[in-house]
Amino acid sequence: MASAKEMKSVLFGPIFANNPIALQILGVCSALAVTSKLENTLVMCIALTFVTALSNLSISIIRNHIPSSVRIIVQMTIIASLVIVVDQLLQAYAYNIAQELSVFVGLIITNCIVMGRAEAFAMKEKPGMALLDGLGNGLGYSVVLLTVAFFRELFGSGSLFGIQIMPLVTEGGWYTPIGLLVLPPSAFFIIGGFIWVLRTFRPEQVEAKE
Amino acid sequence: MEHYISMFVRAVFIENLALSFFLGMCTFLAVSKKVTTAIGLGVAVIVVLGISVPISNLVNTFVLSPGSLHWAGFPDADLSFLRFLTFIGIIAALVQILEMTLDKYLPSLYNALGIFLPLITVNCAIFGGVLFMVERDYNFTESIVYGIGSGVGWALAITLLAAVREKLKYADIPDGLRGLGITFISTGLIGLGFMSFSGVSL
Repeated sequence: MASAKEMKSVLFGPIFANNPIALQILGVCSALAVTSKLENTLVMCIALTFVTALSNLSISIIRNHIPSSVRIIVQMTIIASLVIVVDQLLQAYAYNIAQELSVFVGLIITNCIVMGRAEAFAMKEKPGMALLDGLGNGLGYSVVLLTVAFFRELFGSGSLFGIQIMPLVTEGGWYTPIGLLVLPPSAFFIIGGFIWVLRTFRPEQVEAKE
Repeated sequence: MEHYISMFVRAVFIENLALSFFLGMCTFLAVSKKVTTAIGLGVAVIVVLGISVPISNLVNTFVLSPGSLHWAGFPDADLSFLRFLTFIGIIAALVQILEMTLDKYLPSLYNALGIFLPLITVNCAIFGGVLFMVERDYNFTESIVYGIGSGVGWALAITLLAAVREKLKYADIPDGLRGLGITFISTGLIGLGFMSFSGVSL
């Protein structure tokens, strides 16, 4: 069994030191479009963490039985089945959110984080560590997404989780919302800024000049 | 005819897969350092989207939708929960077949596109295009137009970004922003530019 320190680094490493979005350019694909509201983002993050953790676990358990020539197909099948489970659960218990997330739940299948961790970590490591790694990467993804959603919802519509924090001018309050933040491109600016802040505190992540 | 043209323009500019739905971002950011490679990948995406969206449309209409299996004698069957699994299988198989066909009959094209094809299997733009087609209930002709249109839009976006990044090499960027950070911000700016098309109605 791995030492406690090692387990800790596998679980918490991906959050800042080795963040999948900010450093490995993985998994930016589907999720940015869902960050205009915190509630939807939270559901998306839970769904992704669930899928990453469980797919890592199941792939790691059968890793010695998968022939390497068909491993991508096997991984895809496992991931797709897990996403179908998540999708059906959302349809059943959170129908409105499922409607708003629309195709993006399905897009978890092609989210590079899930595939990337399955290929890079779960194929080599023991199930316990793979589960932790999946959780850690899910959390790293969630931190970035929730940060983006926090700024977008707070400054874009003056609310958090749908509760009005800053009363809008249109409803008799004092806050003029920044319309840009409701539009999709704003997510890029916020992530760019997030990366800048992260790299200011961790200069070792700065990319070399070409 | 007018309907199809307006759909095409909409898919290319207004509902651009890369810039307004953030699809295919991983490859979009990773393979956009040079214009020539960006164009190669863009063409590959157009081809794969143009084929996989109509094929998925056929499979969806004749096998997966509720009640669509009546030709096989199962009028009550509803296989729509198998959509994700089926579509991802279709895309993976299609890319594989395309790769083998090109290798056999058009080796020069294979050499140009070959390295990009495996990347495309896990490209969210393809899967996203297919899912949008299902969600919006396109018919077969519409799905061809939509597939090609959204592919062209994606190719256009990645080519533009690559051109911007080639110029950015000579800029003096703050250390923390160099590389990925500034790429995100430039993508956002291109996205804003594309949003100005949203007022266009045909």
